[in-house]
Amino acid sequence: MKDPLWVRSGLIFLTVVFFVVFIFLPLVLVFAEAFKKGWEVYLAAWTEDAALKAIELTLITTGIAVPLNALFGIAAAWLITKFSFRGKTFLVSLLDLPFAVSPVIAGLIFVLLLGSRTPLGSWLGTLGIKVIYSTPGIILATIFVTFPFVVRELIPLMQAQGREEEEAALTLGARGGQMFWRVTLPNIKWGLLYGMVLCNARALGEFGAVSVVSGHIRGETNTIPLHVEILYSEYNFTASFAVASILVFLALITLVVKSLLEHQFAKQERGDSF
Amino acid sequence: MSIEVKNLTKTFGTYRAVNDLSLHVGSGELMALLGPSGCGKTTLLRIIAGLETPDSGEVFLAGENTTGLAIREKKVGFVFQHYALFRRMTVFENVAFGLRVLRGKDKPSRQDIDDRVNHLLAMVQMDWAAKRLPSQLSGGQRQRVALARALATNPRVLLLDEPFSALDAKVRLELRRWLRKLHDEIHITTLFVTHDQEEALELADRIVVINKGVIEQQGTPEAVYDNPANAFVHNFLGNVNVFHRRGQSGNEVGFVRPHEVGLSRDRVKESDLEGFIQDVRIRGPQVAVELKCAGYDLPIEAEVARESFKALGVVPGDRVFVSLDALKTYSTEDYSI
Repeated sequence: MKDPLWVRSGLIFLTVVFFVVFIFLPLVLVFAEAFKKGWEVYLAAWTEDAALKAIELTLITTGIAVPLNALFGIAAAWLITKFSFRGKTFLVSLLDLPFAVSPVIAGLIFVLLLGSRTPLGSWLGTLGIKVIYSTPGIILATIFVTFPFVVRELIPLMQAQGREEEEAALTLGARGGQMFWRVTLPNIKWGLLYGMVLCNARALGEFGAVSVVSGHIRGETNTIPLHVEILYSEYNFTASFAVASILVFLALITLVVKSLLEHQFAKQERGDSF
Repeated sequence: MSIEVKNLTKTFGTYRAVNDLSLHVGSGELMALLGPSGCGKTTLLRIIAGLETPDSGEVFLAGENTTGLAIREKKVGFVFQHYALFRRMTVFENVAFGLRVLRGKDKPSRQDIDDRVNHLLAMVQMDWAAKRLPSQLSGGQRQRVALARALATNPRVLLLDEPFSALDAKVRLELRRWLRKLHDEIHITTLFVTHDQEEALELADRIVVINKGVIEQQGTPEAVYDNPANAFVHNFLGNVNVFHRRGQSGNEVGFVRPHEVGLSRDRVKESDLEGFIQDVRIRGPQVAVELKCAGYDLPIEAEVARESFKALGVVPGDRVFVSLDALKTYSTEDYSI
């Protein structure tokens, strides 16, 4: 079956226009704007203290949020797929909450819960722990917003694989830990990595929730996206786009890793067709 | 090593899967748990293996009470219906798994593991596939690997959960004979679950017929087939013609197996029924004959050897005389399926 020429060329034209206007032009503009005043200014925007601090904070946040969400994701997917209990459907729908609520609301929840004027926040304050307008709050907000990625990836995978291999491992004399490391983890490895890459991408770029809990203290509680926004609102366009290009680079790396993993994942799925 | 099950009960919600069931499997015996799906036979097997926890009752393996032990301490070999091979491991690593997870003084040397795995793979005729992945094998080959894996750790007993039901008919028959032969060589106490009466009759030393969580009858295949204890067993073991009627003691149900129905051209006895042949179908070396008899609403099925049917020289529409001497009746008070 073949569609008429005008339909095919029309569709191709639309796709190309869409790609150019919404993806290619913005990318080019980011770099054009960033390099407008030459290499020196571009590098200066990167190496300025506040920028370096923002990069550091973003990397710390992501470095903590992604592994923790991998752990939570495995635990939650394990619980949901290998056991049956009352309230399971409720729990499953609860897992999607971070996707369903606006990130700003998610940030506000933490301010209302842990802000310095709330009972919990002031109690933590007496212990010398500051959560809101500080790094712990940013990490918490990022974990909340990026939680569903890993678990959503693992649940269908583990559901399809069932419990029999784990049961076989146990009857063959494996302890719980041996069963997990030798049977469960190798079976979910690629799905887990894929979920972590998606989680990582979102954690790097998260703006809304982090913006609410950070307090925008320059050189202290600014992540890369927040720093970009501040520079922009100060009409420092070149520096703003220069820092934004860091996020673009990170996004491109993520895309490459993601497609490599997808390739592996598809290969494995084919091998699994028992 | 024997298996002893005492007063086992297990309920799922309001459904009683196993009901105060006791069972003894002698050392070296090959026993079949036979019953319709949902009768509790798989649950019973999983409780013995430790994959399910009973509500009450006890399990003894080789005289030791294993009810509360961790699964790995029960030392049973378990073969799953859908093989449950480790998909990321080669055939060799699958079989070696039970040896590799051993710790401390039980931990075998690398050489011991190699020798044991190679010996087992040769025994199940899968040594050529040691480096393959499970996904590269056929169903029958996978199940043989699963069996080698279950035997690797020298389990006290071997438990098989519908081991052949996922295979096609020819492979199933082949593996059945092969398992019988294997058991005659290694004499490990074996309990297998099946809903296929033919499989149970051919393979087992002894058959336990289970229905609704309780044992209906147990005995040798001959005893169970020839002398069913009740209507359920008679109906479940093999094909039957069913007759419902009113007897002296209330409603009765009668069974006669198709091969027990006698056919002749002339009346032999007073009790013979007059019937007409409706349909004739060839079933391998046998011929299935459908008969319409006066006074019986449903057609009666007879099964005779092809040669005898030829000798009879009848075609559909012909009149024959039917003998139902083998009919066995039961009161329906305690009969339900």
